[in-house]
Amino acid sequence: MEPVQLGRSDAEFIRAVEEESGQKLKDCYQCGNCTAGCPMAFTYDYTPSRLMRLLQLGQKESILSSRAIWMCASCEACTTHCPNNIEVARVLDVCRHLARRKGYKGVRNVRIFADAFLRSVRMHGKSHELGLMAEYKLRSLRLFDDLDLAPDMLLKGKLPFMPHRAAGKEEVAGIFRRYAAQKGEEGRKA
Amino acid sequence: MSDGTYAYYPGCSSAGTSKEYDLSTRALCAALGLTLRDVPDWNCCGSSPAHTVDHTLSAALAARNLAQAESLGLDNFITPCPSCLKNVHNAIEHMREGAFKDKVDKLTLRPLTREHSAKSVLQVILEDVRPEGIAARTRKPLSNLRLVPYYGCLMTRPGRSMRFDDEENPTSLDVLLEAAGAVVPHFPFKLECCGGAFGIPRGDVVARLGGRVLSLAKSLGADAVVVACPLCQMNLDARQGQINSASGLNINMPVLYYTQLLGLALGLDESKLGLKQLVVDPSNVLRKAARPAVKEAAA
Repeated sequence: MEPVQLGRSDAEFIRAVEEESGQKLKDCYQCGNCTAGCPMAFTYDYTPSRLMRLLQLGQKESILSSRAIWMCASCEACTTHCPNNIEVARVLDVCRHLARRKGYKGVRNVRIFADAFLRSVRMHGKSHELGLMAEYKLRSLRLFDDLDLAPDMLLKGKLPFMPHRAAGKEEVAGIFRRYAAQKGEEGRKA
Repeated sequence: MSDGTYAYYPGCSSAGTSKEYDLSTRALCAALGLTLRDVPDWNCCGSSPAHTVDHTLSAALAARNLAQAESLGLDNFITPCPSCLKNVHNAIEHMREGAFKDKVDKLTLRPLTREHSAKSVLQVILEDVRPEGIAARTRKPLSNLRLVPYYGCLMTRPGRSMRFDDEENPTSLDVLLEAAGAVVPHFPFKLECCGGAFGIPRGDVVARLGGRVLSLAKSLGADAVVVACPLCQMNLDARQGQINSASGLNINMPVLYYTQLLGLALGLDESKLGLKQLVVDPSNVLRKAARPAVKEAAA
């Protein structure tokens, strides 16, 4: 495990994470159960318990630029195993929200996939698997991934060409519009 | 209390990658006397991507579906998909805080007027039909089948939101499959993550994690893995070829929804259970299930 060069503790960052997640970061006493049970830790730069320690120390830059917060699969093993009832997965979710808002790029393909998914929902009211896979491929340039799945999935009717649209898709698009406006306003205030 | 009528939310994958889950759920519920009324003109719950971007957005997408259920006069939302369910549970739970609810209402412009409950179809079957009800209706016991139940991450976790079964050692699928006559060995990886939504952006993760689940199922001599989650099913079934080639495995393990197997046990018409939609061919399982029961040799 590489040592981390600690920077100044950012109290405002700690406050934001605590407020948005509803969790008390100082409750973590570093038992390491979250790390022991994390199925994705092999893809992380910092393990979950180390992230918790860095959060306690207000290490905003290390956290928001970490790969770990993007690779969390939200399986909730950490939250379930925490002896102090900290919702660790929720804390990581909030770190990812903050990273997005502060303009950190994150893990490129993970972000492209999430964005493509949400664009699909905004456009159709429902997610359209074939459409979002196509968009993901174009934007990530991973053109040949998963082509082996196509014959089976198409033959079995599991990847319809046309999206199933919600008749209320305008209403759903309205949720996204108002969300973007709300975030824009908060961004100007911050 | 319910009169057996539920607001049913199929979720987006029901129209595509998990068609057979929706088909078999509807067929099974009809046979069990549970009435499903589709949430009219439902939208995507936001799935994993929405909650990783923003909790208010995620709750608003879920809340619109609850508002749609209210238009039927129903407040007992059920869905087969644990990931959709988690989003709905989160929305209901966090909207009990006034400030959060206000933010969500400002996005949906459809303030909820009722206190909603949300359950998985699995929970409803376990609680309303109970294992005894399954046993009583079983016409073709699954006695020749050795089935490992795979719950996935979210059916029970985190316990304080999902409020169903034992969050660390769930047994709901075990007892229902046993009631249908199947042999159900303890499956130590019943909750291990399959890689979830990383199938598309990081196939290597699913190859590794899904490979572990399938390998253990094979070493336990399972005829099939039984699932209740569309994403788990997709990862273990459609991606089984990728898992095999990436991890140097040679697994040929059918992955069926519990609704398909309970449907078979109840003697429902196979065409109503979407068995042809499965990627790994389940014919061995079906043949074995159809044979007259043989007592397992004493171990």
